[in-house]
Amino acid sequence: MVSSLLKTDMAGLHLKTPLIAASGTFGFGIEFADLVPLEQVGAVCVKGLSLTPSCGNCGQRVVETPSGMLNAIGLENPGCAYFLEHILPKLQTFDVPVIANIYGHSIEEYAAVAQALDVNGVSAVEINISCPNVKQGGLAFGTDPQTAAKVVKAVKANTHKPVITKLSPNVTDIVALAQAAEEAGSDALSLINTLLGMKIDIRTHRPVLGNMVGGLSGPAVRPVAVRMVYQVAQHVRIPLIGMGGVERVEDVVEMMMAGASAVAVGTANLYQPDTLLTLTRELQDYCVREKVSCVQDVVGQALPQGKQSMPYFQKKEKV
Amino acid sequence: MTKMLEKAPVLLQQPLDEKTFRLRLGAAQIARQVQPGQFVHIKLLAPGGSLLRHPFGVAAVDVDGGTLDIIYRVTGPFTRVLTTLAVTNEVSVLGPLGQGFDLSAQRALLVGGGTGLAPLLFLSARLGSSKTDVLIGGKTETELFWQDLFRPFVGHAFVTTDDGSCGTRGTVMAVLPGLLLKGYDRIYTCGPSPMMKAVAHECMLRRIACQVSLEKYMACGLGACLSCTCQGREKRMKICTDGPVFWSSEVTEW
Ligand SMILES: Cc1cc2nc3c(=O)[nH]c(=O)nc-3n(C[C@H](O)[C@H](O)[C@H](O)COP(=O)(O)OP(=O)(O)OC[C@H]3O[C@@H](n4cnc5c(N)ncnc54)[C@H](O)[C@@H]3O)c2cc1C
Ligand SMILES: Cc1cc2nc3c(=O)[nH]c(=O)nc-3n(C[C@H](O)[C@H](O)[C@H](O)COP(=O)(O)O)c2cc1C
Ligand code: FES
Repeated sequence: MVSSLLKTDMAGLHLKTPLIAASGTFGFGIEFADLVPLEQVGAVCVKGLSLTPSCGNCGQRVVETPSGMLNAIGLENPGCAYFLEHILPKLQTFDVPVIANIYGHSIEEYAAVAQALDVNGVSAVEINISCPNVKQGGLAFGTDPQTAAKVVKAVKANTHKPVITKLSPNVTDIVALAQAAEEAGSDALSLINTLLGMKIDIRTHRPVLGNMVGGLSGPAVRPVAVRMVYQVAQHVRIPLIGMGGVERVEDVVEMMMAGASAVAVGTANLYQPDTLLTLTRELQDYCVREKVSCVQDVVGQALPQGKQSMPYFQKKEKV
Repeated sequence: MTKMLEKAPVLLQQPLDEKTFRLRLGAAQIARQVQPGQFVHIKLLAPGGSLLRHPFGVAAVDVDGGTLDIIYRVTGPFTRVLTTLAVTNEVSVLGPLGQGFDLSAQRALLVGGGTGLAPLLFLSARLGSSKTDVLIGGKTETELFWQDLFRPFVGHAFVTTDDGSCGTRGTVMAVLPGLLLKGYDRIYTCGPSPMMKAVAHECMLRRIACQVSLEKYMACGLGACLSCTCQGREKRMKICTDGPVFWSSEVTEW
């Protein structure tokens, strides 16, 4: 049983805990069922889905780096139709909210995926805007506020679910992107996606990854993620899901103090598959030990004026 | 088969040659369930060690003793740290993972090179010496401690070395075509990709069923991260959960 201390309501989602499995690191949840009782997880965010199946990148796809890893999976996935027919029914047998992470190569594709996944059994949609925009020379949708806003609007118009926009950290001004997504109607923000990086094999004189570059994740990126959550929290009226290098309960608390209402665990699932289970227990213990009446009290504690620094809470108090 | 995480004490660290070691771990639950060809995913627990788990085929089990052995070769940072572990140290073991070998062979030839021989050793112990021969491909005679390891479990051990210092000179392909005329109904192979590809091709020509054990860089080992996928004859395959053992007819990428 999960303690009610951990209850987390945000963006229309009612979660038993603020701990979410990050997209791409937890498969479709079922892969972890032997090791993590899924009904104790706040929500499972599934691997990024596109309209049609995708094979992903060739060659080596992951490599370890200091305190982290690079990945260039290339968004391999079986496509929404397969997900709806073969995977979602199995996942629905577990009592856990499902967040569908989606991507497209054009704004139209994002809209079509959102529409296809607007079904029972999906609790929310998370838009991965770090995907390259094919029509604009492959620059990621998530690096330009106007393009990002167009994606969010298109998705919003095609779903009844809460929409979470997942921000890319590979930008100069994360706040501008966050505000653009908010204005376009996003109900929440996830941050951060992976940081672009590269590793070269000095024996072969070649990049290690088949795709040359890949996304950096794991403990190495945690300080970047905490900084971005802290900055964005002070400028938007919607809740944040913080992620990036979370592995211990201290990291969960840090992310929440920076302004995250929920926290997603990614890379840690890969190297310690029972992480979400351990963190649930330890977060409960933390609340009891620190005498917080509910875990949501921790949110924003590190901001200059605590929760008062977060427009998200100011808005709530007015209504 | 349930996947389990066990904190496993190191019970033996035995050098087999300059760069190859046998590591015995106390992991009773996994040892009870694991089948030949399946692998375990190991995480170092000492601070400063590798972040990711690394995959190793199981080379032997002692179900009653609650132990499993891996045989590893030092190739980089992770395996270098493995050599420093001694009795009193612990590692985290995730397993049993993946699909093992099909055990229905009547007369099997196991063809391996390098640490690819490790999972074949476990396979030979299960099949038994009356059904099983092994063909060992090595660089030089120093690698031929494998012969001693296989001796209790096989009828014949055939050997090739690149430099001819032991057995027939050349790769396993120098003797395989001849051996395939001897009535084997199943070939199992694990080792470098070019070797497995050549073995599988030869088996196809002779219409002998062949199983191969593939390798690719893995992160989760659970089928979740898609680090290890490859294109199969009919579908995308995850090496960590659909494999690592496949019928050679299913494989299109080596
Ligand atoms: C299913 C499977 C079974 C294996 N069984 C054995 C075994 O019985 N004995 C043995 O010695 N080795 C085995 N390996 C290979 C072993 O995992 C690597 O040798 C080890 O991870 C090397 O790590 P390193 O840091 O020492 O070397 P590195 O310098 O990091 O790499 C050396 C080589 O190992 C590969 N490698 C590194 N990390 C991984 C990883 N996470 N997953 C897969 N490959 C990796 C690299 O691509 C490279 O080719 C197996 C691999 C797989 C996929
Ligand atoms: C192997 C791997 C695959 C990922 N796939 C996706 C994906 O499909 N969609 C997405 O939005 N994020 C994806 N991510 C990013 C993670 O969800 C997360 O935002 C990022 O890794 C930072 O968190 P972490 O350090 O806890 O992993 C992936 C990350 C990894 C390591
Ligand atoms: S290693 Fe993660 S899917 Fe195979």
